[in-house]
Amino acid sequence: MDELVIDAAGMHYTPLNKQIRAAVAAGVKRIRLDNVLGQRFIANGVRGDVAIEIHGVPGGDLGMFMSGPRLEVYGNAEHAPGNTMDEGEIVVHGSAGDAVGHSMRGGRIFVQGPIGYRGGIHMKQYEEKRPVLVIGEYARAFLGEYMAGGTVLVLALHGGPAIAERGLGSGIHGGEIVLRGGIDPQYLGVGAKEIPLSDDDWARVLSLIREFARHFGIDPAPLEKREEYTRIVPASARPFANKYAWE
Amino acid sequence: MCGIIGVIDRGRQTMDGTAIRRALSMMNERGSGEGAGYVAYGCYPEFKDYFAIHVFFDNIHETKPRVDELLHQWGRVVHDEEIPTSDLPRLRKVHTPWRYFFKPDTRLMPRSTTPAEEIVTELVMRINTSIEGALVFSSGRNLGVFKAAGWPEEVADFYRIEEYQGHCWLAHNRYPTNTPGWWGGAHPFNLLDWSVVHNGEITSYGTNRRYIESFGYKCTMFTDTEVVAYLVDLLVRRHDLPEELAVTALAPPFWDEIDKMEGDRQRLYHALRLTYGSAMMNGPFAIVVADQDTMVAFTDRSKLRPLVGAEHGDRLYVSSEEAAIRAMDPDITNVFMPRAGEPIIGRVVA
Repeated sequence: MDELVIDAAGMHYTPLNKQIRAAVAAGVKRIRLDNVLGQRFIANGVRGDVAIEIHGVPGGDLGMFMSGPRLEVYGNAEHAPGNTMDEGEIVVHGSAGDAVGHSMRGGRIFVQGPIGYRGGIHMKQYEEKRPVLVIGEYARAFLGEYMAGGTVLVLALHGGPAIAERGLGSGIHGGEIVLRGGIDPQYLGVGAKEIPLSDDDWARVLSLIREFARHFGIDPAPLEKREEYTRIVPASARPFANKYAWE
Repeated sequence: MCGIIGVIDRGRQTMDGTAIRRALSMMNERGSGEGAGYVAYGCYPEFKDYFAIHVFFDNIHETKPRVDELLHQWGRVVHDEEIPTSDLPRLRKVHTPWRYFFKPDTRLMPRSTTPAEEIVTELVMRINTSIEGALVFSSGRNLGVFKAAGWPEEVADFYRIEEYQGHCWLAHNRYPTNTPGWWGGAHPFNLLDWSVVHNGEITSYGTNRRYIESFGYKCTMFTDTEVVAYLVDLLVRRHDLPEELAVTALAPPFWDEIDKMEGDRQRLYHALRLTYGSAMMNGPFAIVVADQDTMVAFTDRSKLRPLVGAEHGDRLYVSSEEAAIRAMDPDITNVFMPRAGEPIIGRVVA
């Protein structure tokens, strides 16, 4: 079967997700959703190999818990796309709201524009599972809050700072945040520190830059200047050891 | 978790309640069917100089005469009637909503610079604290709050919200957390021209309540949002602060941010924090406040609740979700997200 097209105009998310699941179970590999507006939980928990094109503005928790599918959104995403997602990819041709990639444990998210507050909060990693969140423009405060793993990359394509608000990496105890254009140290959160990229780090970041450029059809060359990037990592594995534990 | 939405037409063009009903229903996931409400500014042009007093009566035979008597003692009622409602199978009419169009006798409050507002505020507080079975939930000029316990579309249909016209609307879909859902606990909360819708919780409620009650306001609705309406009335109407500074007083920058400011700006923020320390609101919230000419939306300073803005021509929209705004107006142009504690302000220019 070729592409399944669903007109989501006025549809509640429950029947919409039922149709998606039934199609995936029947072996459909490509789905297009038209006139999406505010439906939450699209592709929630879906497993398997399917590409879903979303036209419109999907509601919160897009692709939550999903494992495998590829979602491409032609519009803005609301809060928490990729919430606790396990595997797969979300590409947003627009902006996204607060808590993007909340508790993500695997897979990749690419957002062309800016994102809201607390992007990458509680992202984690385990063995081969390494979640990735790439933001084209900028992020708001508390990016990577309580981060425990994975990579957040902010490209500052809008020409301003990648982040200019408080609490960057507040409570980070694993993973990394890579910023193009540096960071004013006053915005570093508790337990976060800034270090330069190693050769290995740069190789990893470079492949993400190229992947981002491919998704959005832009030339990666102007973004490939290693000296423009800085890396935020945990200052210690237990940033709140003195706050919550007495030894 | 609650859903909020507001729109103001800066050219004072009116819209009926159809679009905001549709938009609010899109956020039903944010509510629990235990409270929803709307406010329309400009909905009573034929009585625009009168205070539109909306009251929930438990029983119109016993309690209404006491309210009638009090109003007649303090001014003149030019018209009063039951607010028209439709019978709906799923919305039980536990109160009878009534409206009075009232003009206070300002000679009775000779020392006040805003005697009409003082009298109405006094009457609202007096009725709500001393007349059991009567609750004033809307008391401004040329505006009306319409709220009940139910889902957004039920409450809208109950009040026939599509029949009202307003140049500014706020609406709210409630998910009660700390107190039970009831008609008076639904949003918007209103006092005089101020109406407030709110998503989140004011964890500083105790401090704020003690502070506001020291100025004569009385909290009667068992929910935190009520204090926001009174704080705005105090800061803007009685203390004459511009809306921007009032928002700064309620959701100020952190001290470390103030310490980094320069000269006069630092002195101003210092003074605001010191003067209005007890008005400062803590906790997660997104709030929209409106009066006749202005709509102001802001979040707590850590941005623990969502808020999106958008524009289309003269219309400024704010909501918890972008999709809700698009449900109201698919042709919005710039969609934006305000910073924590930074107000989005829309003012009518006509």
